[in-house]
Amino acid sequence: MSETQATPAMALGGAAFNGLISIREAAPQAMIALRGDLASIEVKNAATGVTGLDMPGPRGANWVGDRAILWMSPDELLILCPYDEADSALAGMAGCLDGRHALVTDMSDARSSFDLRGAGLRDVLAKLTPADMSRTGLPVGELRRSRLAQTPAAFWLKSETSAQIICFRSVAQYVFDLLKTAAQPGSAVAFFDR
Amino acid sequence: MLTLKCPYCGIQADETELSPGGEAHLTRHGPGSSDGDFHDYLFARQNRRGVHFERWRHAFGCGKWFLAARDTQTLQVFGTYPAQVLEPPQHIRDAINQSQN
Amino acid sequence: MSTRLATGGRLIDRTTPRHFTFNGKRLTGYAGDTLASALLANDQMLVGRSFKYHRPRGIVASGAEEPNALVGLGRGDRFEPNQRATTTEVFDGLEATSQNHWPSLNFDIGAINARFASFLPAGFYYKTFTWPRSFWKHLYEPIIRKSAGLGRAPDPEARDPDSYEHFHAHVDVLIIGGGIAGMETAKRIGETGVRVLLIEQDVDWGGRAPVDGGEIGDQPPEDYIGGLLASLNAMDNVSLRTRCMGAGVYDHGYALAYERLTDHTPAAKGPRHRLWRIRAAQIITATGALERPLAFAGNDLPGVMLASALRDYVVNWGVSPGDRTVIVTNNDDAYRSALILRRAGLAVPAIVDARVLPQDSPLMAEARALGIRILQGHAIDHVIGQKRVTGVALCAHAGAGGAVIDEIACDAVAMSGGWSPVVHLWSHCGGKLCWDETRAMFRPDHNRPPTGDKGQAFVTTTGAANGMFTLQEVLDDAVATAAQITKTPPMTSAAPQAQAQEEAPLAPVWMMPQGAGVHHRAKAWLDFQNDVKVSDVQLAAREGFESVEHAKRYTTLGMATDQGKLSNINGLAILSGALGADIPDVGTTTFRPPYTPISMGAIAGPGRGDTFQPIRRTPIHDWLAANGAEWEPVGQWRRPYCLKRPGETTHDAVTREVTNTRKNVGLLDASTLGKLIVKGPDAGRFLDMLYTNMMSTLKPGRCRYGLMCNENGFLMDDGVVARLDADTYLCHTTSGGADHIHAHMEDWLQCEWWDWQVYVANVTEQYGQIAVVGPNARKLLEAVGGLDVSRETLPFMGWVEGALGGIPVRIFRISFSGELSFEIPVKAGYARHLWDHLLSACRDFGVMPYGTEALHVMRAEKGFIMIGDETDGTVIPQDLGMDWAISKKKTDYLGKRAQARPDMARPDRWKLVGLETCDGAVLPDGAYAVAEGRNANGQRKVFGRVTSTYYSPTLGRGIAMGLVQNGPDRLGEVIHFAKSDGVTTIEARIVDPVFYDKDGEKQNV
Repeated sequence: MSETQATPAMALGGAAFNGLISIREAAPQAMIALRGDLASIEVKNAATGVTGLDMPGPRGANWVGDRAILWMSPDELLILCPYDEADSALAGMAGCLDGRHALVTDMSDARSSFDLRGAGLRDVLAKLTPADMSRTGLPVGELRRSRLAQTPAAFWLKSETSAQIICFRSVAQYVFDLLKTAAQPGSAVAFFDR
Repeated sequence: MLTLKCPYCGIQADETELSPGGEAHLTRHGPGSSDGDFHDYLFARQNRRGVHFERWRHAFGCGKWFLAARDTQTLQVFGTYPAQVLEPPQHIRDAINQSQN
Repeated sequence: MSTRLATGGRLIDRTTPRHFTFNGKRLTGYAGDTLASALLANDQMLVGRSFKYHRPRGIVASGAEEPNALVGLGRGDRFEPNQRATTTEVFDGLEATSQNHWPSLNFDIGAINARFASFLPAGFYYKTFTWPRSFWKHLYEPIIRKSAGLGRAPDPEARDPDSYEHFHAHVDVLIIGGGIAGMETAKRIGETGVRVLLIEQDVDWGGRAPVDGGEIGDQPPEDYIGGLLASLNAMDNVSLRTRCMGAGVYDHGYALAYERLTDHTPAAKGPRHRLWRIRAAQIITATGALERPLAFAGNDLPGVMLASALRDYVVNWGVSPGDRTVIVTNNDDAYRSALILRRAGLAVPAIVDARVLPQDSPLMAEARALGIRILQGHAIDHVIGQKRVTGVALCAHAGAGGAVIDEIACDAVAMSGGWSPVVHLWSHCGGKLCWDETRAMFRPDHNRPPTGDKGQAFVTTTGAANGMFTLQEVLDDAVATAAQITKTPPMTSAAPQAQAQEEAPLAPVWMMPQGAGVHHRAKAWLDFQNDVKVSDVQLAAREGFESVEHAKRYTTLGMATDQGKLSNINGLAILSGALGADIPDVGTTTFRPPYTPISMGAIAGPGRGDTFQPIRRTPIHDWLAANGAEWEPVGQWRRPYCLKRPGETTHDAVTREVTNTRKNVGLLDASTLGKLIVKGPDAGRFLDMLYTNMMSTLKPGRCRYGLMCNENGFLMDDGVVARLDADTYLCHTTSGGADHIHAHMEDWLQCEWWDWQVYVANVTEQYGQIAVVGPNARKLLEAVGGLDVSRETLPFMGWVEGALGGIPVRIFRISFSGELSFEIPVKAGYARHLWDHLLSACRDFGVMPYGTEALHVMRAEKGFIMIGDETDGTVIPQDLGMDWAISKKKTDYLGKRAQARPDMARPDRWKLVGLETCDGAVLPDGAYAVAEGRNANGQRKVFGRVTSTYYSPTLGRGIAMGLVQNGPDRLGEVIHFAKSDGVTTIEARIVDPVFYDKDGEKQNV
C-alpha cells in the first residue's frame, strides 16, 4: 500500500486553557535523546550540526524557534527539531558519531509538551514543583528537571512570560489537568511578580 | 524533609525529587564467595546513629545515582559525591572530621 | 450579660452588618467580627459542651488558643466540624452549630456525667471497662464514643466541592508572626535586599500591641505598625501574607504554612486553602505568647475568660463579655484589662491578686486611682453559677480553700496566670527550651537550636516568643535578631524608644488557693478541651505515670488540637508539684505540628479528583474507553480488563474474547509493555549479568525470552529481548516493571560496572504496541499489507521492520497466548491509526479486541508464568521449573550466588504445577493446600498455594497454577485447598501446568 502517512496524533489533540496564564498542548516536535561523552567532538558535532545551535552548559537550554539543545544530565542531551525532520536528524547524528560509543534514540512520540504564556507562569509552576521558581532559582534559559505534583517533567523559561514543559505522553492529561487547576481564575499568588 | 545537592547536575534537590538506595560502599560478593561474605553483602548493614554513607538517585531529575555522607541523628550533610568511587573522597572525610573536632 | 458596646471596636465596620445563624438562630454581627465576638455581642456565652463531662462551656480566648468554642460550620458537602469561633470570620450566610450535646445545647442529658465526675477520673475507662472482654467492642466502646468527643465527622458520602492548592516558596528568611517583633525584624532584614516572607495567621497586622497600648517613638502602636507595613509593602524582596499560619517547621529549613483564602468569602472564585511548602535558609519565629489560665474551682464556667481576651473583645470588636468583671491574677498585665474595661464604662468590682506586694506598681496605682478595689493575697475559692458566672467566692490565697471571706456578684471573670511564649514552631524540629524562673515560663534555649543541613542553627526566635514581653524588650530583640541574621553589627540603627508602664514581677500560681483541698482540685480545670483537672494530673502522678509523656497520655492533658497551648505549663507545674520535682526536671511534652489544625484538603492539594494520582493512558486509551473498557489498574497505567458489549457480563465478555482469539484473531493494546534500549560495546556482557540466560549469543534479527533476578536470587522480571544490531538490544519488561527495571539497569551501570560502555534508554512510551493474535493473524496483516510476514521470512522468535499499511513498524513474532501472534510496536502518534487500520482491514477474519483478563486466561492455558502472580519476591526461577532459562555456562549473573545458598537448593521447595479441580470448578485465588495437623504456632499445616486461577473457556473448566511442595514429583495426586470459610476444602489434582497445545503447534504455523 502506498497510503501517505497521516499526521501524528497528539495525546490531547491540542488541548488549550486560558486562566491566570494560557496553556496549550504544543504541536508534535522531534525529540532525540543523545547519550554520550558530551566533551567529545563527535557528540558535540552531532548535537550542534542538527540544530545549528551552540552546546549548552550544565542545565542549559539553547534554542532558536523550534530547534533546541537541552542539557539533561552530564551524559545526555535532548535535541529538538521539527517533527518531520526526525529521521534525517537521526541519520545525520548517527553519521557524526561514526564509531564513537553513544546512543541516539527517537523520543518524539514518547513525550508531550505544553506551551505556557503569561505573566504568572512562575507562580503556576511553583504550585506544582518543589523547584525554586524564582528568577535566581530558575533563570530564563535554564532547564529544570523535576516533578509536577507526582510525575516527572522538564521545563524551561524562554522569557519571563513564556515557558515550555515536556512530560511523558501517557500523563499528558494528568499534567494538563494539574496546570488547569493551578491556573484557575482567583488563584493568583503574585509571589514572583514583585 | 531533606535537601541534598546532586553532584552531577548541581541541583539542590528536594527529598521528594530523590529516591533512596540504602547504604553506600558495599562490596559485591558473587559466585565463589563464602557464605559469610555473601550473607553480609546481602543483609548486614551499619544502620548507624551518626555519620552514614548512603546512596541516592536523582530520580525526578538527571537520573544519576550519587552518594551522601549524612548524620542520621542531626541530619547534617557533610557532602555529596559521585557514585563511581570505592570509598568516601578525602574532602568528605575532612568535613566529617572537622565537625567532630 | 455580654453585649455590643455603643462605641469602639477597631476591627469592625458598624455600617456593614453580617447575618449568620447559630444553632438555627438568626444573629447579626459586623464586618470584621469573628464568630466569637459576634456570638458574645448577641449574649451567646454558652457555645458548647465539654468532651467528657458535658459541662457547659463558653468562649475563653480570642485567638488560635481557644479550647472551647469549637463549632460545626456549613452544611452538606461543606460541613466542617471543630472550627474555632475565635478565628472564624463572620460572613453573610455563615451557619454554625454547637457540638457534643444531646438533645440541645441548653439541656444536655450527657451533663449527668458531671454529677458523677468523681467516679470518672483519668484512666476511668481504662480501668473499668476491661471485663468481660467481648463487651468492649459491642457495648462499652460504642456508648463511650457516642458520649465523648467533640464534633461529628462529615457524612462519608460528602464530597468537598472546593479546591485546594500547594505553593512552593524558596526564601532566605521566613518570619512567622506579624506582630511588632516579626514586622520590625522583617523590615530590618528586608532592607538588606534578601528574600523575606512574613506570614501572619490573623487578618490584621500588629499582634497584641494595638490592644495592649504604650507608645513607640511618640506614636501609638497602631500608627507605628501602619508605618512598618508601608515600609514592608514598598520592598520588592519582601512578601507579606495574612490569614497564613505557620503550621510546622521541619528538617533542613522546610516549613509549612496554611493560608485561608476564601473561608471568609465563600462565594469567591479560586482555591479555599493554600498550603505553603517553604524552604528557608533561616526561619524566625515571632509567634508571640499566650496567656495562661489560673486553676481554681469552677474556672471552666462560661464567663470565665483570659484577661487579655476580655480586653481584646472590648478594644477590637467593641464587645463586652460582662457588665461586672472580677479580675483574678498573679501578675500586673491583667490590670490592663481592668483599666480598659473601666474606661469603657464597665464595672470592675475587684481585682483579686494572689500576690502581696510591698508597694503598688504603676499599673496598680492607676487602677486604684480609678477606684478599683484591689484584694492582695486573695484567691478565688470557687466560681458561683450554673450555666454561666453569677459571682465569685473569695478566700485567702495562702489557705486550703473553703473558708470564704467574701462573695462578689459578677457576670464575667478575667483570669491571668502569666504568659508563656509560643515555642511550638521553635520546638517542632528539635529546638530545646530552658526554664525562666523569674517569669515562670519555658523559653527557647538559644544554645540548643534546631540545626540544618550544614549543622547550622536555622531557627531563631524573637519578641514575646523569645520571652520578651515589654514593648521595649520586643523592639530591642527584633533589632538584635535582625542584626544576627544579616550579620551586621547591632545598633547601626537603634530600636525606637517605647514607653510602657513598668510591671511588678509575677508570682507563679499553679493552683488557687495555694493549698486547695481535694474538693477544690477536682473542680479546677487545667485542660478545658480534654476535661482534665488538677486532681487528674495528681492522680496520674500517684499511679506512677511520672514521665510527663505518660501523664499526658493517661490524662489526655494537652492532647489533640490544643497541643498544650493553654494547659501545658499549668499541667507540668501540677505534675512536678505532685512528684516533688522541679518544673524543668519534669520537662515538657513534645510540641507537634501543625500549630493549629489544617484542612485535609490543604494537605492533599492537587492530589484529589482527576489529579489524585497520575493515570497513564496509552495512545489507544480513548478508543478502548469508548468501546466498553472495564479498567484495571496496572501500576499507574489503566488497561482494559475486558471490553464489554451492551448486555454482557464481565465473564461473558472474557469468554467471548478468549474464544474469538483462539478461533479467529484478537487485538490487544500492549503499549504498556516496557521497552528498554541497551546499547554499547559491553551491552551483551551487561545483559548476560542481568538475565539468568545468555543474551550475548543472540543473533541480530532474533528474539529470546529471558528472566531477571535480583541479588537475592529471586525472580523480579521477565520478557523478550530482541537484538537489533551488533551492539544494540531491545529489552521488553513487564508492564508494571519498565521504570523499575530501567532504574535497576542504571544502578548497576552507574554504581558497580561504571567502566562498562553501555547506555540505556527507556523508550516504552515512544511506541504504542499492538498484539495481533490468533489463527487469522497473518491473514489480517497481509490484508493490511506492506510487509512479508510469512513463516519463512518471519519465523517464530524473529522480527522484521518495514511499513504496515504505510505506517513504519517493527513486527515481533512472539506469543504469550500460544497462538500465531505478532507484536507490533509503532510510534505512539500513529498507534491509533494502525489500530483503526487493523480493525477495519477485513471483516471476514473475525478481528476483535481483547483485554487483560483474556490475556491472562490464555497465558495460563499455556502454562506461562506471570510476574506478580507466580512470583511474589520469594520465588526463584528453579521453583517455576525454568531451569532451562538459567545458563550453566555463565560464571556469574545477578542472583547466581544467591541461588547456590542452601535454602534455594533445598529439594522440598514449593514448585510450580498445574491444578485441576475434580469437579471442574474454579479454585479460589490464593487458596492454600492444607494438610492434617497444626504447626508450632497452632496454624493449619500448609504445603502449597494457588498462584493463578481462571475459568478456561477453551477447556470449559477451571484451571489453575500453584506452588506445591515437591509438586512436579506428585503429578496425579489429589490435594485439598482451603476455602475462605476456613472449614471446607476443595479437591484438586496436580497436573502439568501446560493445559493447551502442549507441543506448541498453534504458535508455530
